[in-house]
Amino acid sequence: MATTYRGINQLSGRDKVIVGLMVVVPTLVVVWLVWLPAIGSVLLSFTNWDGIGPISGIKTVGLQNYRDITTIYPPFWPAIQHNLIWLAVMFFVATPLGMFLAVLIDRGVKGTKFYQTSIYLPVVLSLALVGFIWQLIYSRDQGLINTLTGSTVDWYGDPSVNLWAALVAATWRHSGYIMLLYLAGLKGVDPSLREAAKVDGATERQTFFRVVLPVMRPINVIVLVVTFIESLRAFDLVWVINKGRNGLELISTLVTQNVVGEASRIGFGSALATIMLLISSVLVFFYLRIVMKED
Amino acid sequence: MSRPENEAQYLASLVPPSVRGVDRRTVLRGALGIGALLGTGTLAACGGGDTGSGGVPTGPVSGTVTVGSNQSDAVPKAAVQSLMDAFQKANSGTTAKINTVDHNTFQENINNYLQGSPDDVFTWFAGYRMRFFASKDLAGDVSDVWSGITGMSDALKKSSTGDDGKQYFIPATTYPWAVFYRKSVFEQRGYEVPKTLDDLKALGTTMQKDGLDPIAFGDKDGWPGMGTFDQLNLRINGYDYHVSLMAGQESWSSDKVKKVFDTWAGLLPIHQADPLGRTWQEAAQSLQQKKSGMYVLGSFLAQQFEKGSEQDDLDFFTFPEIDSTIGTDAIEAPIDGWMMSKRPKNEAAAKKLLAYIASPPAQDILVKADPSVIATNDGADTASYTALQKKTVEFVKGAKSIAQFMDRDTRPDFASTVMIPAIQQFLKNPKDIDGLVNSIEAQKKSIFGS
Repeated sequence: MATTYRGINQLSGRDKVIVGLMVVVPTLVVVWLVWLPAIGSVLLSFTNWDGIGPISGIKTVGLQNYRDITTIYPPFWPAIQHNLIWLAVMFFVATPLGMFLAVLIDRGVKGTKFYQTSIYLPVVLSLALVGFIWQLIYSRDQGLINTLTGSTVDWYGDPSVNLWAALVAATWRHSGYIMLLYLAGLKGVDPSLREAAKVDGATERQTFFRVVLPVMRPINVIVLVVTFIESLRAFDLVWVINKGRNGLELISTLVTQNVVGEASRIGFGSALATIMLLISSVLVFFYLRIVMKED
Repeated sequence: MSRPENEAQYLASLVPPSVRGVDRRTVLRGALGIGALLGTGTLAACGGGDTGSGGVPTGPVSGTVTVGSNQSDAVPKAAVQSLMDAFQKANSGTTAKINTVDHNTFQENINNYLQGSPDDVFTWFAGYRMRFFASKDLAGDVSDVWSGITGMSDALKKSSTGDDGKQYFIPATTYPWAVFYRKSVFEQRGYEVPKTLDDLKALGTTMQKDGLDPIAFGDKDGWPGMGTFDQLNLRINGYDYHVSLMAGQESWSSDKVKKVFDTWAGLLPIHQADPLGRTWQEAAQSLQQKKSGMYVLGSFLAQQFEKGSEQDDLDFFTFPEIDSTIGTDAIEAPIDGWMMSKRPKNEAAAKKLLAYIASPPAQDILVKADPSVIATNDGADTASYTALQKKTVEFVKGAKSIAQFMDRDTRPDFASTVMIPAIQQFLKNPKDIDGLVNSIEAQKKSIFGS
């Protein structure tokens, strides 16, 4: 029955239609759901549309939204700064912590199941609940920390403290997520590799950094990408705390504040969204370059 | 109840974006879709029957009238239900179908809601917030309902009137902003109600000596601080200036506004410290626990007090006089009520329902369910009011001018994207008032100019 493959001509008419649909439908969906809104977002950023009335009634205002954002909109620069801090903390603290926990659990610490569950718990909890839990801990007058220590630090209200307080909560969630991803990767590493390393006289440390880590390259890349995306999307926790104001400004919350609501500033919000799109494109560009190089 | 009443309700409103779909793409997708929807929506409505607007029917009405309600809390939800039950009873053959949406979700989606297929009548607020949608041609004219209403003051009619002179709003309940305190604390310590700003400051100093936080304050959610600004501006610059400032007709960088912030800065030392990390509920609880002496808030703060003796212990006075030429006859009392959509499917029943909502028996049902508000119709039964409600009625009646609230008196986008961060900035750093008001003015010009 072995016939040589003769290209698309081999397919019956029906198969061709099906293959065609399989290509066209997803493409249309992607164009409709991703590209059109993205381009629409960029176009709307040059207007002052308030979300009411037909598209024909939109007035263009040129670069005014961008000028306003960078000159007279006070939350913008803090938001950029906070996004960068967020990214750095996720990268240098939360992700390594998650990896470390995964390695510990993989090595079979006593009570693995317990740790695994408790560390992963925040990931499955609803965000409203996570926000509520941390409110109980951080509240200035009624919170756990201040009640136990007798301090009067305003954890959520003081803008020089609340970003870090929120980052602790975010790290709590993110580490659990990374831990689970990484644990899955570690379980997939062929045990004979470790044994071989052991036979060759490698220490635990050497085994991990010289053998296990390089083998897990695909997982490492996924973890990096997840961290990038999660930091850029950072939104929910901050929104739950105080809607991203007073020291917790992030670009994503500014977009939401402007676009969602009674009388929305769709144009202004779109300009902010476009700026966010540009920032993420830079990262996407570097990521693609790394991946392409590999191939 | 224009505000989340408890932590759970507040949190419920903060549905994660992954669920609610609040990201850039979804929002835009929705926005792009609206244009298309608008076209079809309008056509469909034109084809659909009853377009005659022949006033409020005197005879029986029939069919289904749909009701959009933001009263998602158990108690007010039940109140709306019994309101509609009473309406159905009086109009056999008519069904009122209630569509309850979580309070904050309702407000955040109002744009899409009104441009999509809104219910025949829906809950909303008086003031600029109502006029805005009326001027965008998204609300139904209810002038003929108003012409049949008795027992509502001219001030109420004025705050239900759109820019074109027609009425678009039916008032139901209202609640004033004032300075609240516990009678027992004032009696025990021999405090007297302050009449002037100096009295207030002196009282504050005494309270501090007695180990109390003089004025409870929580501004984590951003809006309660607006109330303090409104009180100060009404006392320092008067009602007319306040209204035109809110309408964007005055400069925010003027000396008049600076004086408001200056006065506020002078009062901050007698406010509870660190307001930006505290919700209004937490601040209200400090008053309830007698750790604070006073609280500038709306009367909905009674919700943090137990019904019965604890609520009876709650009293209030109007914000003290600052300028004797201005006096204290302007107060702030937001009005909650109902509107009709632009093209109701059952206009006759919708108007009959609105006329009913304006009537005393209907309002009795609402205020009985939530004793922190009062009815707007003079004919409502005040005999069963609590002491606080009775005093509230006199307070509102005695006022010469009534403001709504900053986020109801000005453009909502200006209030939320400029004023909330600005006031929080002020509370963080009350020294740089010049920089603050200049920044507000620059943003105001950009928003109001668009």
